[in-house]
Amino acid sequence: MEKDNLICITNLSFTRGKRIIFDDISLNIKRGKITAIMGPSGTGKTTLLQLIGGALKPDHGSIELNGDNVSKLSQSKLYQLRKRIGMLFQSGALFTNLSVFENVAFPLREHTQLSEELIRYLVLMKLQAVGLRGARHLMPSELSGGMSRRVALARAMVLDPELMMYDEPFTGQDPISMGVLVKLIKELNTALGMTSIIVSHDVPETASIADEIYVLSEGKIVGSGTPQLLATDNNPYVNQFMHGLPDGVVPFHYPADEYVLDVFGEEY
Amino acid sequence: MFRYMQHLGHTTISRLHYLGQSAIFILKTIFRWPKPVKSFPLLIQELFSVGVLSLPIITVSGLFIGMVVSLQGYNVLSKFSASEELGQLIALSVVRELGPVVSALLFAGRAGSALTAEIGLMKTTEQLASMEMMGVDPLWRVISPRFWAGVISLPLLSTIFCAVAIFGGYVIGVHWLGVDAGAFWNNMQGSVDFRLDVLNGAIKSIVFGCIVTWIAVYQGIATIPTAEGIGRATTRSVVYASLAVLGLDFVLTALMMGGW
Repeated sequence: MEKDNLICITNLSFTRGKRIIFDDISLNIKRGKITAIMGPSGTGKTTLLQLIGGALKPDHGSIELNGDNVSKLSQSKLYQLRKRIGMLFQSGALFTNLSVFENVAFPLREHTQLSEELIRYLVLMKLQAVGLRGARHLMPSELSGGMSRRVALARAMVLDPELMMYDEPFTGQDPISMGVLVKLIKELNTALGMTSIIVSHDVPETASIADEIYVLSEGKIVGSGTPQLLATDNNPYVNQFMHGLPDGVVPFHYPADEYVLDVFGEEY
Repeated sequence: MFRYMQHLGHTTISRLHYLGQSAIFILKTIFRWPKPVKSFPLLIQELFSVGVLSLPIITVSGLFIGMVVSLQGYNVLSKFSASEELGQLIALSVVRELGPVVSALLFAGRAGSALTAEIGLMKTTEQLASMEMMGVDPLWRVISPRFWAGVISLPLLSTIFCAVAIFGGYVIGVHWLGVDAGAFWNNMQGSVDFRLDVLNGAIKSIVFGCIVTWIAVYQGIATIPTAEGIGRATTRSVVYASLAVLGLDFVLTALMMGGW
C-alpha cells in the first residue's frame, strides 16, 4: 500500500496567526494518478501545495514524499528534492526578462551541464508538447494568459519531474485554453508517467480528468473519492460544492443582522 | 501611561526584529558559497543595469554641482582676495563630502528604487517562489548579484562624480571667472591629501554602497505582494537609504575628523 502512494500526509495541522488552515488532516496521493484538491477560495488548497513543496512547515504532522519527511529536510536536500517536483503557478510566474525559450531552458541551465545543442533539443521538444514551439522567441509580455500557462507548464516539466503540482490551472481561462490545459494535463500525466496534484475549484474540468478528489472545508477533509462517487455524495457540503448550489451549508449571505431591521432601524 | 509604554515597547521590539531579519538576510547573501562560472555573467549584467545605467544622472549632476560650487566659492573667496584657492575648495568639498554623499543619494533614487521595485515585482508575480520551487535559491540567483553590483558600482560612480565635478568647477573657475589655471591645479594638488581626503571619501562611498544596496534589496524581498506594497517599498527604500546615508555621513566624518 505504501508503495502505491507517492505522498503520505499524516495528521497535518497548520495555522496562520490565529486562523486554523488545516486541522489534523491525513491524505495520500497515489503514484501515477491525478489527484485533485478542491474547495472554495480560502480553504488552504494552495497552502497545501506549499507544504508539500516544503515552502511552509506544518505545525504538527508529517508530509512524506517518497519516504522523505519534507519538513525535516535540510535546505540543500530540499532543493535536491524540488528538482523532482514541477509546479505550475496560478499566474504562470514566467521570468519577465527572459524569452519563452529561455524560460523553459532555465531549469536545465541551472541544474544540468548539458550542451547548448541538447538544451535546444529538449526545450523545443517540451514546447512542441504544449503547442508553442513557434512562440519560442516571444517575451512573456507578448503571450496571452493561456499561452503563459502553457509555457509555464513546459518549464515545469522540462526536468521530467515525478510529481507535478498545478495551482488553479483553469482559473481565468477562456473555454479553448481551458480545454487545451485539461487535455495537456491528462496526456502529460499518462505519457510521462508522472503523479499530478491539481488544486482547483473548477469542478467539471477537474472532475473530468481526476482519478481521485479530496474536498476541503474549514481545515478538514469533508469528502474524498472518485469524481463519480463525489457527484452522488450525501454530505450536504460536498453536494453543494460539487453541484455549485448558491445556497446551502455555505450560506449565500455573509452573517449580518436581520435585513429589514438593518435597513429601516428599530422604529420600523 | 501604561498603554503608551506598552506601545513604545512593542514598536521597539518589532523594529529590532525587522532590523535583525534584514541583518540575517544580508549576511546570508554575503556569505553564500560563490559559483564563479555562473555568478560572473549575472554580476556583469547587474553591473550594467545598476552602474552603467546610473552614469548619465551621476555625470550630469556632478558637472552642475562642480559648476555651482565653483561659482559660490569664487564669490566668497574673491571677497578675501583668495580666489586662487578655488581649486582647493572645489576638490576638498567634492572629494570629502559632496562626491560620496550626493552620488549615494542619486544612486538610492535611481538604482536603489529600481532594485526594490524589480525584486518586489518578482515577488508579487511569484517569480521568486517559482525559482525556489525549481530548486534555485533566489538569494544566490537574484539578490547576491544585485547586492554586489551595488557595492562595486557606487564607489566607481562616486569617483566619476568627483572627476566630473572638478572638471565642471575648472571650466567655470578658469574659463569663465578668470582664475589662473596653474594656481587652480597647483593649490588643489598641494592641499588634497591621499589618505585624509581621497581614501576617506572612498571609504564613505563603499559604506554607502553597502547600506543603500542592502536597504534596496531587503525592501524588495520584504515587499507586501500587492501593487500598493511595491509602491510603499520603493518609497521606503529611497527614504531609508537617504536618511541612512546622511546619518552615516555624520558618523563617518566625525570619526575621520577625530583623527581616525
